[in-house]
This record gives sequence, structure tokens and C-alpha cells, in this order.
Amino acid sequence: MNCLWCEEERSRHIGWKNFLNLMNPYELCDSCVSNLIFLYETPSRCTKCSRESEEKICFDCIRWEKQMQDDPLLFNYSIFPYNLFMQEIIAKWKYRGDYVLGELFRPYIRAAFSKKFGKKKKELIAVPIPLSEKRMDERGFNQAEMLAHFLPLETKTAFIRIDSEKQSKRNRRERITAKNPFSLIEKINTPVLLVDDIYTTGTTLRHAAGRLKEHGCPSVYALTLIRG
Amino acid sequence: MIQEKLKRDLAELASTLDGKLLRLEELPIDRKLTRFLLSRNLLKTKPALTKSFLRTRCMRCGNETPRKFAEIPCQKCNKAHFYCRNCMDMGRLMECDVLYYWNGPSAVWSKQKNPCSWEGTLTRAQEKAALRIKEAITNREKEILTWAVCGAGKTEMLFPGISKALEEGMRICLATPRADVVRELKPRLEKAFRHIPIQALYGGSKDKHKQAQLIIATTHQLLRYEKAFDVMIIDEVDAFPFHADPALPFAQKRSAKRNCTTIYLTATPREDLKAEIRRGKLTHVFVPVRYHGHPLPVPKLKMWHSLNKELPKLQSSNPLLYWLLNRQNPKRQLLVFVPTVERAGQLKTPLTNLMLKHKLIHHPNQLGSVHASDPDRERKVVSFREKTLKVILTTTILERGVTFPSVDVAILDAGHDVFDEAALVQIAGRAGRNSNDPTGEVLFFHDGKTEAMLAAIYAIKQMNKRGGF
Ligand SMILES: [Zn+2]
Ligand SMILES: [Zn+2]
Ligand SMILES: [Zn+2]
Ligand SMILES: [Zn+2]
Repeated sequence: MNCLWCEEERSRHIGWKNFLNLMNPYELCDSCVSNLIFLYETPSRCTKCSRESEEKICFDCIRWEKQMQDDPLLFNYSIFPYNLFMQEIIAKWKYRGDYVLGELFRPYIRAAFSKKFGKKKKELIAVPIPLSEKRMDERGFNQAEMLAHFLPLETKTAFIRIDSEKQSKRNRRERITAKNPFSLIEKINTPVLLVDDIYTTGTTLRHAAGRLKEHGCPSVYALTLIRG
Repeated sequence: MIQEKLKRDLAELASTLDGKLLRLEELPIDRKLTRFLLSRNLLKTKPALTKSFLRTRCMRCGNETPRKFAEIPCQKCNKAHFYCRNCMDMGRLMECDVLYYWNGPSAVWSKQKNPCSWEGTLTRAQEKAALRIKEAITNREKEILTWAVCGAGKTEMLFPGISKALEEGMRICLATPRADVVRELKPRLEKAFRHIPIQALYGGSKDKHKQAQLIIATTHQLLRYEKAFDVMIIDEVDAFPFHADPALPFAQKRSAKRNCTTIYLTATPREDLKAEIRRGKLTHVFVPVRYHGHPLPVPKLKMWHSLNKELPKLQSSNPLLYWLLNRQNPKRQLLVFVPTVERAGQLKTPLTNLMLKHKLIHHPNQLGSVHASDPDRERKVVSFREKTLKVILTTTILERGVTFPSVDVAILDAGHDVFDEAALVQIAGRAGRNSNDPTGEVLFFHDGKTEAMLAAIYAIKQMNKRGGF
């Protein structure tokens, strides 16, 4: 089998333990695995947004708390920092549409879930952040939906999204004050785990969380692959 | 009247679309016209992927390797499709996608009068090859290999042949593996063929929708053409990625018209091409001398016993430092090749410090490092050309295609696998390129001789011998 990312043959040390691993077509080679950097665990990350931080709650999150009387998002847990390697993978997966690359993240998403949300497994419902219709047509798949399906949870499509323009072209201020692009199509009365690929400013997730809570959702968490 | 206009429009469309093989999003016409042309059978489609009992094939890149296909759930068809992972950077193709091609009257290209505006003169060696290339085009020969040493001036050798082709109303494509080279060639060809529209194609180029009789493109761009060219010039035929990626020979073959003449250029033909020459299966013309008439610099081997141990730190006195302090012409700039990106990163600071300490450079900014995915590569190469950078620490990315007037060249760890014979010959060929400084030192630092080093030196000496030195 070859590495899903760099295509190098990855049959270097075959033992029984590695045999099953080698048969998995969605694995990285050792050298690519060593390029995967993980976010610091506590105490070096913000307990609220997973950003690298010496403080328990980072500056960003304090700003959020001041801004919103009642932050609809309880906390976000992310797995990777947005380093160069991750940027390359995301570019190829999400923007160029190499769907299968998302499979790389399956074990990491599952592990992070059981570590952080395992105890709530029975009550949580996964809600992936949707794409606008236009983006969906361009890309052919929603990366957040793919990630959500890796979880041992029921997945629901709770919203549709109507984007005015491209997110990444706006600055922080403009993003935060932007209109909430989500309209609810299904009310959810149990706790929700929002799933997305990247937490950048946290605006998107808070917009989604806000909508859910307005309609009676008791609590909203988020699991994201990357803390940008 | 209407008939006339229709004819003109059709000719215009033909010159835009004939010879292309495109995705819907790439068509340079609007949807309404697309529908109309399809309804009149002037535009046709074929499936992007074909599936037979045992294998799937990508019709754009020819990929048939099972692991280079993957599945994706299709929103439109509501089922899983295969898509090709091999040519994704030109836009993803999946089973329900189609490729568009022109089915109307063939494009007619002008028979240009006196297309060449180049005023230079060719050396005798260049002229001999140039005439042979021109003859091959005139006689519609299938293929010819031009084997010209690094620094022979191969671009100029092409001018008479390209002129001839333009006079005959042929369409020409010059394909080269690297975008850097496309960018470098475009102004040179525009100067040499001042009145001819020239299109430069590479990932991210802005020329995509122009139509031109003469095209300069990265080999990769050929994936968008089918039966398009009367003359194809394939530069650096031995180079990565043309040599490594089967999609590229596939695209080259497909983009040629039936009577196409293909001209291969190389300074370092691989064994398979050499074997074909020996068997008399491949016509070739050999240019053993550089345009300035001086021989190729012959590399020197320098043993460095504990090279791999000492390289990361470069502390004590070492063979590299000894050479640096005793160069024949310390004014020359310096190209230092290393086998890997990691090595370049590791060596940058120690080498800078060492050179500062011995006053070989005066500021840390005078030493730069580049590698293949370095976003600043273009700018650093320009700084080196402008001499703000004195030293470049590089991977094999600068082994070919780039020319600097006055450099010495060192390879650290020349015994590494990435330095095969062709790479070593190409690297050595960076030295002594300018008639003002036609020599230059080339040093291979190693901790054990390899076949490749010896073969490279032998090949260089042989070429010098054939050049009459
Ligand atoms: Zn790998
Ligand atoms: Zn925070
Ligand atoms: Zn393909
Ligand atoms: Zn489909």
C-alpha cells in the first residue's frame, strides 16, 4: 500500500502488528505521520477554544465573552494547528476536491471525540456546518459532513446556509458583525456537537450555535479538526 | 453576407477550440453558445473516465493505476463515482463528467512571411544542428533528438525551424518541464518572433484564453490538448517530471497531429534514448560545444570522510572551507547543492556563520536557500542574478533551466541517490556559461565515490573530446 498523501510505498517494517495497518488504504507513511503536529494539551491550550495559550481562557475568548452576554458555544475542541503541512492537505482535500484525503482524519477525529465527548455519547447529536448551495455545487462535497460521519453519533442536517460572500476575504471585525447565514430547518432538543474543519475566529460556529439555542437546544459544543 | 459572417465566426471559433480537450468550466465560450454548438455537432463531448470490466481510465491524463482513483459521493447522481487523483490540479474529473472537443472545420493558421526578427548569428555548431532541425520539419520527419551540451545555446538553434514552420502555417508547441523556464523563454521568443502571437501556459498563467500559433507551455499543460500541433518541441526530455510521470508522454502523444514532427532536446539523454540512438531507431543531431567555444568544466572529486557527521554543524576546518578559501576566482558567485530540503535547512545557519567568519560574505543576507516548494524561489533567483545574493544553497531544483553568468558550483554529499549521472552533469553545466567567464570550478564533495560521479565525469570528458578539446 502507498501513502495516501505522498504516494511513497509504506511497507517498510512488516510485522503482524503492522500488517493490518498496511492493508488500510487510507494511511499515511511514517514520514508523513511525523509531519503531523498536534495542538498542545492542557494546560497550554485555551480550555474554551483550543488555541495555544498559557492562560486558561485566552484573550480571544475573553473578548467573545464581553461581546456576547451569553456565549452560545460551550467550548470548541480542535486537534491540529494550521501549519504548512495541514494547509497543503486541506487545500488538496477541500479546495481541489480530493475527497478521499479526508479519510486520513478518521482515526484522529474518533480519538478526539472519545477523549473529549465520550461520556456524552448517548445524548449528543452531530451537526455538521453546512456549505452554501453555490459552494456545494463547486466542491461536490461538504468536508464538515465527511468528518461528522466519522463519529459514532447520529448526524442531522439542522440548517441551510446562505452566504453573502466569501468568508476568508473579510477581516475579523467584518466577520464577527456579519449577518447570521444559517436558517434552521430542524429543531433539536438534545445537546449538539457542531462539526467543522477549521475554527478560525469562531464566528461561524457561534452563529450556528446561536440559531440552535434560539430554538430550544440545551447546549452546544464544537469539534473541529484545526484551530487556525 | 450572412454566409460570410458565419464562415468568419466559425474560423474564429475553430482557432479558439480546435485541438483542445476541456472541462465545461474551461471552455472559453458562454453556455448559450456551448449549447448551440453542441446541438449542431460542432462541439462534441466524451466521458472523462471510461470503465471497462477490469479497469478505469482517465481520458484526460491516461491514468489506469487503480490506486490513483478514489470514490466520491456524487450529489447530482446520488451515488458514488470514481474520480482521477492523478490530474486533480487541472480540476477534478469524475465518472459523470465529460470533456469537450471541437468537431467543426479545422483551424487554419497563417502562413507567416519572414516571421523571424532575431538578428544574432549562430555558431557553426549551432547552425549545423539548426539546419538539421529545419530539415526535419520541412520533410515532416516523425522525430529527431537534439543532444546539445549545457550552454550550447539550444533556444537559438530552434529559430530557423520555428520560422520554417510558421511560414508553412503550422502550429507549434514548445513544452518544457518547469514554469520558470516558460517564463524565461517567453520574452526571448517574443523578441525573436516579434509579430507572431505567442501564448505562455503554466499553472496560474494569465494567457489561458488566448489563441496563438506558437505556444510555450509546461509539459503538464499538454493534458488540455488533443491533435493540436504540427511541430512539438520537447525540452529537457530526460527531466523530471516528464521522465517520471507516464501522464506526460501520454499527453504529448495525444496533443500531436498525425503528421507532427517532434523535436526532443536534452543535454543528458537517459539510457533508453541512448540505446535507441545506438540501434539507429532515433535520428539525432549532436552539439558538443558551448556557444562560446570553450570546453565544459570537468568536476573535481573531493573526499570528505566524516561528511555526514560534520555537515550538520560545519564547525571545524573541513574540505569545503579549505576550497572556499582557495578558489581560483573568489569573485564568482556560488551555487551549493545539497540532496534534501532538510539538509538545506540544517546547513543554512552554520554555512552563513562559517562564511561570515572567514569574510567570504559580509552580511547574513548574502546567503539564501531555495527548494522546490519555496514560495519565494523566483524572487531569490532574481536576487542572485542581481548579485544581492552571493551564495545560494539549493536542492536539485536549480540543477537545470537556470543560467547565471559567473558561478562556481559545489555539491555537498554528491554520493546521495538524488544525484544521478544526469543531475551531476546538469549541475556541473551551471558553471562557465558566459563568454566573459567561460570557466568555473565544479566540486563534488563526497564520502565515497559512486558510479554516478564517475559516469558524469566520463560523460563530460567525452563531450569535450567530441567537441575537439
Ligand atoms: Zn507519505
Ligand atoms: Zn480561547
Ligand atoms: Zn486523470
Ligand atoms: Zn454524478
